[in-house]
Amino acid sequence: MSYLIIEQVLNGLQYGLMLFLLAAGLTLVFGIMDLINLAHGSLYMIGAFLAAAFFQAIGSFFPALLLAIVFTALIGIILERLLYRHLQRMSHLSQVLATFALILIANETIKMIFGAQPLMIGMPASLSGAIEIVPDELYYPSYRLLIIVVGLMVALGLYLLVNRTRIGMWMRAGASNPDMTAVMGVRIKPLFTFVFALGAALCALAGALLGPLLAVSVGMGESILIPAFEVIVIGGIGSMRGALVGSLLVGMIDTVGKLILTLGLRTLFDSATASTLGPTLASMSVSLLMVAVLYFRPTGLFPARG
Amino acid sequence: MNPTPFNASASAQTPFTQGLPGPWTAIFVAVALAIYPLVMSALDQAFYVNLGSRVLIFALAASALNLALGYGGMISLGHAAFLGIGGYVVAVLANNGVYSAWLSFPLAIGLAAATALLIGVVSLRTKGVYFIMITLAFAQVFYYLAISLPEFGGDDGLQLARRSSVPGLDLSSALSFYFFVLFTAGLAFVLLYRLVASRFGRAIVAIRENERRMAAIGYPVFRLKLAAFALSGGLCGLAGALLANASTSITPHTLTWHQSGLLIVMVILGGSGYFWGGLTGAAVYLILEETISDHTEHWNLVLGALLLFIVMAAPNGVMSLRQHLAKRVGGARGHGTAPLAATSHEGEAK
Amino acid sequence: MSQIILEVDNLVKRFGGLVATDHCTLEVKAGEIHALIGPNGAGKTTLLAQLSGELPSDSGRILFEGKDITALPIHKRVAAGIARSYQITTLFPKLTVLENLALSVQARTGHSFDFLGTVTDETDLLDGALQTAERIGLTDVLNHVVGTLSHGRQRQLELGMAIACKPRLLLLDEPMAGTDPEESQRMGDLLNTLREDHTIVLVEHDMDAVFRLADRISVLVSGRVISSGTADQIRNDPLVIGAYLGDEESDHSGA
Repeated sequence: MSYLIIEQVLNGLQYGLMLFLLAAGLTLVFGIMDLINLAHGSLYMIGAFLAAAFFQAIGSFFPALLLAIVFTALIGIILERLLYRHLQRMSHLSQVLATFALILIANETIKMIFGAQPLMIGMPASLSGAIEIVPDELYYPSYRLLIIVVGLMVALGLYLLVNRTRIGMWMRAGASNPDMTAVMGVRIKPLFTFVFALGAALCALAGALLGPLLAVSVGMGESILIPAFEVIVIGGIGSMRGALVGSLLVGMIDTVGKLILTLGLRTLFDSATASTLGPTLASMSVSLLMVAVLYFRPTGLFPARG
Repeated sequence: MNPTPFNASASAQTPFTQGLPGPWTAIFVAVALAIYPLVMSALDQAFYVNLGSRVLIFALAASALNLALGYGGMISLGHAAFLGIGGYVVAVLANNGVYSAWLSFPLAIGLAAATALLIGVVSLRTKGVYFIMITLAFAQVFYYLAISLPEFGGDDGLQLARRSSVPGLDLSSALSFYFFVLFTAGLAFVLLYRLVASRFGRAIVAIRENERRMAAIGYPVFRLKLAAFALSGGLCGLAGALLANASTSITPHTLTWHQSGLLIVMVILGGSGYFWGGLTGAAVYLILEETISDHTEHWNLVLGALLLFIVMAAPNGVMSLRQHLAKRVGGARGHGTAPLAATSHEGEAK
Repeated sequence: MSQIILEVDNLVKRFGGLVATDHCTLEVKAGEIHALIGPNGAGKTTLLAQLSGELPSDSGRILFEGKDITALPIHKRVAAGIARSYQITTLFPKLTVLENLALSVQARTGHSFDFLGTVTDETDLLDGALQTAERIGLTDVLNHVVGTLSHGRQRQLELGMAIACKPRLLLLDEPMAGTDPEESQRMGDLLNTLREDHTIVLVEHDMDAVFRLADRISVLVSGRVISSGTADQIRNDPLVIGAYLGDEESDHSGA
């Protein structure tokens, strides 16, 4: 029982860190460019499909992962140059519409190229086993541990980037006061491009890493987009720390909460009802957490501005 | 009264009067909508009668959203929730043997409006991007509810054995259902007209234009916005109730944020803040979808490209799309009577 | 004349660590023009926002006509008889002058929740708006869209929006901001005619206008009133000269 919870905590950590990869890019774009990008999840989907395609072509996981990251970042740069740079000056409504349009286009294009069937990415053979954490009691898949390690490393890297480098200083300045940053002479356009490329690369990393665990399918972007949005709103738009805390919170509620709710509900209902109700309540409680946070702190837990 | 002699820099169209229909336009629209299904039935085209019903239903939903989004400036990415609530109320009642429209429709409207009121109380405290996200999150809660509760049929949704019953009417035929929708939506349109043309409507538009000043001159801004949001939700609930009847089923797809996005698309296509915006938008959208889907399975690609083009081509943002088009076509035809234009002697004072 | 219409008692507003209004105490007499002056950043605009209800106060009390209004929201304060104007013109630029003023009138009619009310009878709004337009001298541009008017005329309308609420207390935030000398003169004359119907709290940087118009002046420094009195008293108060007015006066006579 307690091992079950430990396992779910690890799963929550893994899910939360993957959410963080998306939320980090999203919160920077939101915060620095004041741009609402509904299509962020599409970059995640594109990254996963590219990884799957490269994997099928070359048969090796890590090179496929790297290629997917590079190409998705390139797509991000192109989109920023062609579209987002202009959207940035427009109203939120225009941004909602344009990025909604991008989702439709991305989904349809992927469907045209890859078909409607989900693709599979093979797990690297060396990581397909499980690691014994507590002898005979708790095994945890090596691949999931890898995801956790990569996620933690990226979080550390982003922390160093944002807090220890000049670019990071510009990003923080941009998130807290974009006009002032431009006045201070920071070349804001290359910064936007960089932020976008970074966001896209992180999306691809998450998409490719999750590929072997989930089916790579059209629409996968939307299913992770909503939690990612909830994360950055809970954490405070523009705040990297908020994105990390929010991701872990949401990850934990979604997995550990699911388990606890399901177990708790079994005492009230029959187990079939409990196992449908539990996950629902967990998903809902993430939304409700966001609502509660916004009600009491309308700019999130770690507001970047003001 | 003579028409007001406007000066060169004066304009007949302000946000208060733009897009308000005159009586003749309204009569023309009503007559056209009444004749359309008769012609289609005569030609034995039941399909087009049903398409007409769907257009009217989405016109109502989009017009309801237009009240919040176009008139009130509240960018809600969660109106699918109200549409879904309306639909599920009808479906759940039907599955429990209650088919009376007298019961289910008011309940659908009431529950949707009450939900909108609650959502509004929380959401309207936030601004900008946060408002968009929080309405989205709320709608998501209802989506999760629908897909996981067995009472709501999970992923498959609910089927209705037959349409709601209205005393003296048999809604099973395409034609009679169309007229039922036309009558119901028509009532809603009259209500919406009275809303936007009333002092309440003017206050809502003015809040969109300058919320700070509206507060400073003594308007209870929060309550006014909340009222508009709740009314918008309630009318969307009515559309949902009709929608469940149209297809005699309701699925969780109605509650997705994709659906919320499509409602916004309809409002923008038709003209946000214009009275006929919802009707025009729903008609344009559904007819385009029908026609283009006949030729390609990639309708969403076409729609996406079209939307991108619209956003990039609208010079002052999509809110002004309608004005922009009107100018292109050659002068906006203002049907609006200008209730607040000064009478002639002040106008001539210059 | 000597009756106190507004009493500010130990009012405080903090922004994080910064104390913008620091136990501010102030009395405004009915019927006077009471100028509020002070160096930049003294907290004049913050105080005005607290009086109008836009900013909640952290502690202290505001009494209007003897009633505690500290906790009232803006719209209830307007209903009680307090209205404000803005330093930065805050109008409805796409609406006409008449529509702008009618909005102010409509607020006090209380019919804004009249969802289905007929709009054919607008005489109450029209009358109120016309009356105000006459008052502020904008009858010749009633049907002009506000965005097309000159800055000076927009400043007049800015004032008109507050007057149309028929407040007993007007809070004016730099009504002369950005106007040329001629417009400024006209605004001054206009304010002078308003004193019959309204008590006025005037925040203004134009010292000429302040000393010409104000019955009494309060000097705000670092969120605190350091001195209140007539123009002469303020001119000769060593505290004021030391803290603020000295520089301004010498600048002024030098010009």
